Amino acid sequence: MEQTKYLVVGSSHAALEAVTAIRMHDPEGSLTLLTRDPHLPYSPTVLPYVVSGRSAPDGIFLRDEKFFARLGVQFKRGTALKALHPTRNAAELADGSEIAYEKILLATGASPAIPPIPGLDQVAYHVLRTLDDATKLNAAIRSSKQAVVLGAGLVGMHAAENLVKAGAKVTIVEMAKQLTDGYFDAIAAGLIEKAFTDNGATILTGSRVVKLAPSAVGATLTLENGTTLEADLLLVATGVRPNMDYLTDGQVEHDRGILVSDSMQTSVANVWSAGDCAQAKGFFTADKVMNAILPDATEQGRIAGMAMAGDPGLKQYPGGVPLNTYHFFGRHAISVGSSKVPEGGEMVTRFDEASGRYLKAIFSADNRLTGIYGVNEFFDGGVMCQLILRRVDLSAVRERLLANPLAVGRELMSKLWR
Amino acid sequence: MGAYNTISFDANKCDGCGDCMTACATAKTGTDDKARSRIQIVGSADDGFELALCRQCGDPKCVTVCPAGALTKDYASGVIDWNGDKCVDCLLCTVGCAYAGIALDEGSGHVAKCDTCDGAPACVPACPHDALTYVTTSRIYNEVGDWEDLFAPGLAGCQGCNTELLMRHTLRRVGPETVLATPPGCVPGMGSVGFNGTTGTKIPVFHPLLTNTAAMLAGIKRQYKRVGREVNALAIAGDGGASDVGFQSLSGAAERNEQILFMVVDNEGYMNTGMQRSSCTPYGAWTSTTPIGVGSGGLPSQGKTQDAKNLPLIMVNHRCEYVATASTAYMEDLYDKLDKAIQASKRGFAYLHVYSPCTTGWRFPTDQNMEVARKAVETNFVMLWEYNRTDGLRFTRPVDDPLPVTEYLRAMGRFRHLSPDQISHIQAKVVENLAFVKQMAQRQSA
Ligand SMILES: Cc1cc2nc3c(=O)[nH]c(=O)nc-3n(C[C@H](O)[C@H](O)[C@H](O)COP(=O)(O)OP(=O)(O)OC[C@H]3O[C@@H](n4cnc5c(N)ncnc54)[C@H](O)[C@@H]3O)c2cc1C
Ligand code: SF4
Repeated sequence: MEQTKYLVVGSSHAALEAVTAIRMHDPEGSLTLLTRDPHLPYSPTVLPYVVSGRSAPDGIFLRDEKFFARLGVQFKRGTALKALHPTRNAAELADGSEIAYEKILLATGASPAIPPIPGLDQVAYHVLRTLDDATKLNAAIRSSKQAVVLGAGLVGMHAAENLVKAGAKVTIVEMAKQLTDGYFDAIAAGLIEKAFTDNGATILTGSRVVKLAPSAVGATLTLENGTTLEADLLLVATGVRPNMDYLTDGQVEHDRGILVSDSMQTSVANVWSAGDCAQAKGFFTADKVMNAILPDATEQGRIAGMAMAGDPGLKQYPGGVPLNTYHFFGRHAISVGSSKVPEGGEMVTRFDEASGRYLKAIFSADNRLTGIYGVNEFFDGGVMCQLILRRVDLSAVRERLLANPLAVGRELMSKLWR
Repeated sequence: MGAYNTISFDANKCDGCGDCMTACATAKTGTDDKARSRIQIVGSADDGFELALCRQCGDPKCVTVCPAGALTKDYASGVIDWNGDKCVDCLLCTVGCAYAGIALDEGSGHVAKCDTCDGAPACVPACPHDALTYVTTSRIYNEVGDWEDLFAPGLAGCQGCNTELLMRHTLRRVGPETVLATPPGCVPGMGSVGFNGTTGTKIPVFHPLLTNTAAMLAGIKRQYKRVGREVNALAIAGDGGASDVGFQSLSGAAERNEQILFMVVDNEGYMNTGMQRSSCTPYGAWTSTTPIGVGSGGLPSQGKTQDAKNLPLIMVNHRCEYVATASTAYMEDLYDKLDKAIQASKRGFAYLHVYSPCTTGWRFPTDQNMEVARKAVETNFVMLWEYNRTDGLRFTRPVDDPLPVTEYLRAMGRFRHLSPDQISHIQAKVVENLAFVKQMAQRQSA
């Protein structure tokens, strides 16, 4: 049986960061990177740009074979982890072979969640998570005249924008009352919605598809209120579910994701998990949450790698802070932190309808920043995130910070941690 | 991977004029829009100005969060490069960076960051107040890091001693074609002469007497010359072995202009044998032979009652090929002098006097060695200069605005007992010494 000291499963952000962290502390221990994807490592986040044609499919890779050779990493692609056997420290692969590990990292991320709508399995539809999904969708949007996107999260919105730009008539169907629910608030969502409708898209929020059936152009969708939509291209982007089917042994505790400690260790020995498949502590709550975003995947991957290699520099995970940046029709929306107003706290907004500049900041009762959101209002997200993580007392500068978050944020940065 | 050059900012010199931002915006965007500059001066006159600028991190967060592979760390230059062809404008990098080092340039619609203008940053010369400098201090590290370390690993020095640093650097610099003499003192005490029949160096080393180091080394050098072999003859001696018991052979070798390099590690006493005073021990200092409280014969004692001998000045009066003072707190300066001393030793006698704080004998915390060495220079207690016959004596690091000598004295325990009178004596001596060396500098250059 093949043996390795470190087995890292997945080849995206969490996995790659873990590899770097392991190699910083242990330059020699045998390390195998296993992924089910057939390609070199790439990020799901870049895929909307492969769909639009802006990024060449062969120009998006984050590492090459030379990188792995230099770091002494055995890179195995196109082979999935099928079952984990933690009691005997073995990973069973899809091809039936097994790898014995000393330590394993599960960084298998997420896959599109397919909603249980009657008839969905009868029609052809697209999803967007892998490079192969993206190249297929890229080919399809060129000929699409009338497209429907299910789900107005960031994945759906990105794809919808590409479809609009490619000249299709696009309808976005979203169950929630607003677009980008959970990422941006109603005012920001309104600005986003306006940009889309101005560009010809139709947005149906608070709507639910109840039935699908094959049709001459592709598929007919029936909404809750009885109306029907024809789609020659259907994209399902209604959320993600973590990849953890390989947890067949019943040992590794999991809830919505794989439950991990503040050093990304799972409930069993020698097994760590990080990224979109992991469920770790939130920054604003002691509960374990899913924070399926890229920056968190890298941070968790780094921590897991350090923990696996026994790096004494390891700092415990502070908890996930939601962070989102969204670029739509030439504009930018940024959200950092939680949208919930803490008890005794306060939410302050500033909106200039003419310019479309919108800022919202949320403070706790003791004047700590807990969230900040902006559309067309630029500030340094990384600086704001530090203000939140460091729980900086902002009593003295609150008003100035609201008036000019860019300059005042930088000023605080340069005084406090530069 | 080496160490890199960086843009450094001195907040005390900045008056917020923003000329650097204009220069950057002009160089990078062809406009004078300061908001588009990649170097951002923030803050205010009341509160002091500060800088938001890419730090070209060694382990950059922006690179790890970029989904497009558009950011890469160039390990040759140290600069984090942004590739506009790959960038998809997602702004994730601006969320990853905690230092506002990469930000949206609204003018272009893309992120922008400092690329140090390929090693000639436009902002630096634009600053009218010299608040920005392009620092290249990593020269030594980059150059010397790859050279062979000619000392054995694991020398047995006291914790925090800078002599190991000095020995390793010096031997790297002189190189393998060297014969080394280390008379009794800390240098052999640390293990340079070795144990159980093996030497602690990868070059021939010998252990002369305190009294005859310069004479023996000169003889060996001559013998090599006779057989036609070019070698560096190097002594690393303590101040005791040079200024007291070893002085007559040192003076003799200098007078004969023997082709050797004589380095003195001046820790101001016989520290290796139990911290006895030497003629280089400064006035007022505690040593085991100049105690505090009851001294010999029951007489009251307050540390050393004589001033230190200024050995390097005495060496100048031998009109050697080269004489210099140095400090490990100023490695660039030390390196410069080491290079010159090596060259000079091929023609005649070269003398290098390195002030070397001793954690154990001077009684200061083991992490303070460089700080103590720096304070000695900043107070003018120690002066850094060099001499050769053509150019005379010149200060290499003049201190125009010295700190009071108490800043130096209070950094260590051996001066803790000093009375106000003793302190004024030392301060007066610093002033006198400075005036004396200044006079020499003028006379020589005249
Ligand atoms: C279209 C799109 C746009 C996005 N935009 C943003 C954005 O703007 N900002 C943001 O923060 N986040 C965004 N995200 C989310 C972000 O991409 C993810 O949070 C991030 O990629 C998570 O990284 P990960 O390493 O945890 O997992 P993933 O990137 O999901 O990678 C999982 C890896 O595991 C491999 N794998 C899975 N199962 C197995 C198995 N059984 N055996 C072996 N290998 C396996 C996969 O092949 C893959 O290599 C976006 C995602 C998508 C799809
Ligand atoms: S804005 Fe460009 S450089 Fe920054 S993370 Fe996105 S793709 Fe990378």
